[in-house]
Amino acid sequence: MSEPTGGRGSGAEVQHGGSPGRSRGSSRGGDRVMVPEADFTSYYGRPIVKAAPWERDIAYYLFTGGVAAGSSLLAGGADLTDRPGLRRAGRIGSLVALLLSVVALVHDLGKPSRFLNMLRVVKLTSPMSVGTWILSLHAPFAGLASAAELVGMLPARWQRGPVRLLLRLGRPAGLVGAVTAPPLAAYTAVLLSDTATPAWHSAYEELPFVFCGSAAAASGGWAMATAPVAEAGPARAFAVGGAAVELLMAHRMESSMGLSAETLHTGKAGTLIRASKVLTAAGAAGALLGGRSRLLSVVSGTALMAGSLCTRLGVYEAGLASANDPKYTVVPQRERVERGEQVRYQG
Amino acid sequence: MIGRKSLFGPLDPAADAGYTDAPKRKGFFTDTSVCIGCKACEVACKEWNDVPENAFEMLGTSYDNSHSLNANQWRHVAFIERPASKPAVDLGMPSVGAPVSDVDEDDKPDFQWLMSSDVCKHCTHAACLDVCPTGSLFRSEFGTVVVQDDICNGCGYCVAACPYGVIDRRRGPEGDPKVGIAQKCTLCYDRLTDGQRPACAAACPTESIQYGDVEELRERANARVELLHERGVMDARLYGNDPEDGVGGTGAMFLLLDEPEVYGLPPDPVVTTKDLPRMFTRAGMAGTALLIGAALSFVRRRP
Repeated sequence: MSEPTGGRGSGAEVQHGGSPGRSRGSSRGGDRVMVPEADFTSYYGRPIVKAAPWERDIAYYLFTGGVAAGSSLLAGGADLTDRPGLRRAGRIGSLVALLLSVVALVHDLGKPSRFLNMLRVVKLTSPMSVGTWILSLHAPFAGLASAAELVGMLPARWQRGPVRLLLRLGRPAGLVGAVTAPPLAAYTAVLLSDTATPAWHSAYEELPFVFCGSAAAASGGWAMATAPVAEAGPARAFAVGGAAVELLMAHRMESSMGLSAETLHTGKAGTLIRASKVLTAAGAAGALLGGRSRLLSVVSGTALMAGSLCTRLGVYEAGLASANDPKYTVVPQRERVERGEQVRYQG
Repeated sequence: MIGRKSLFGPLDPAADAGYTDAPKRKGFFTDTSVCIGCKACEVACKEWNDVPENAFEMLGTSYDNSHSLNANQWRHVAFIERPASKPAVDLGMPSVGAPVSDVDEDDKPDFQWLMSSDVCKHCTHAACLDVCPTGSLFRSEFGTVVVQDDICNGCGYCVAACPYGVIDRRRGPEGDPKVGIAQKCTLCYDRLTDGQRPACAAACPTESIQYGDVEELRERANARVELLHERGVMDARLYGNDPEDGVGGTGAMFLLLDEPEVYGLPPDPVVTTKDLPRMFTRAGMAGTALLIGAALSFVRRRP
């Protein structure tokens, strides 16, 4: 008696679709990408998933965590190969970065006791819990090594008693700090990927490499800028290698992410990612060519650090943009359903 | 308990969480074909659970001014205005016989309403629960997901992890002790332990919101869809009832009259922890590469 109503077709006519704020970035004129608007249905264009309610603190933490991890590695290597200048730069870099990390984390949580509250459970399904434990294992040792470094800078007559013990603990603590550093650099990628935020989740294959490369570039850059140039050879190599991995894997990531890769090219995130590529490439080139020039070391080291910071901020902003526009949630899922590839449990 | 299906696949969530002799899994079946958009569920939920009001906003989108599911909105009624399907289909609403109408078929309104009361899905594999770093979220004996607000840190990880955008951190009103704490539907845990129905289901005047054992609700839902299909409502479909879908099926299932995204629901949600082993593997590889890279940087001649 009655005809079936046309499901998708009738929905599209109502124009519930559309992405709020698609006009953003149109003022940029030159590089406006002329792709057709995605055709999809949504509930008055409102977001489906919720964006992470984090302040920018978390983006800064991604950066300082990377610098802390890379610096601990460089300090450990410098200690073993007898490069005191590089060791000092690494340990102090790690201390400063760790302190800033803790400040950023505690500021985001609201009060220090809330960090302790995280230590009431160990939960492998929560990258934030795993990360809290990684940080709790790494930070005391890296901090101890940095304290030994600071004590070593004191006048000789103060270096006695317990202070001498601290000096002796510097090396073993620094080595434990170095070994626990890579998980610190890598887990933040899992932290972002293990969310329903489209741009972060779809990047999970490459994001750890981008972040680890970025950590190497930034910490190498810090050491290039602060250590004696004669000793900074390994820092330059580390930075150039890290920058190469970061640029390469970021490129791969953008081509494997699907639709949400768009958020890395548009708006605030687009600007940051473009800046990060220019800064990282220029910094790496400076590290390769500048060699033992003090001035070039400082300039390219700073560029590498700024590039890494822009990467972190860019990935962070892209995630928020992808969560706030229902297009990035609906379109890939709808395409999957229409291809008949709906996610199912395979026995 | 850790099993093969702990991260993905069909299972009994209460048993997986370690409960022995747990009662049958409880959930909602929301039949949107009989929802009249009265918002009794929204109000009953706020009253019972002491959920503060949202900031009053006129959104200008249809009659929906309660916005979305969030920390201050544990039930949310969506109002979707769309072109009418003609002729109108009898959905089997209770009535005392059809009123006499002298309105010509062509003169009837050219639009119709879809209304749907949305709620936390109480997923079999709940991303919010998996990622919570403090253990504040827990699985109840009824197979539902509940937040303990005295333990919650307000870290907000659950907010970003939920594939449905349900849970949120409470932003206001000022002075509320739970500001900054993650909040969502508890399926009225306190009423369930007392053998009562959740407040929204109790308040629903059309039985659009039905509460009960998930298994039984699923049968009821299937029967209702069949009935609607027989009557020619071919767009009727179930959402969240499939235990083999991306979240292992949900405790709250919906009968929808259009595609899920029309109602603001994701068409094919997947719990992110499904890919977690792979994520940790990739991170392990990247970390190892970083360690080796650092070591290689020092393999060169002395300064």
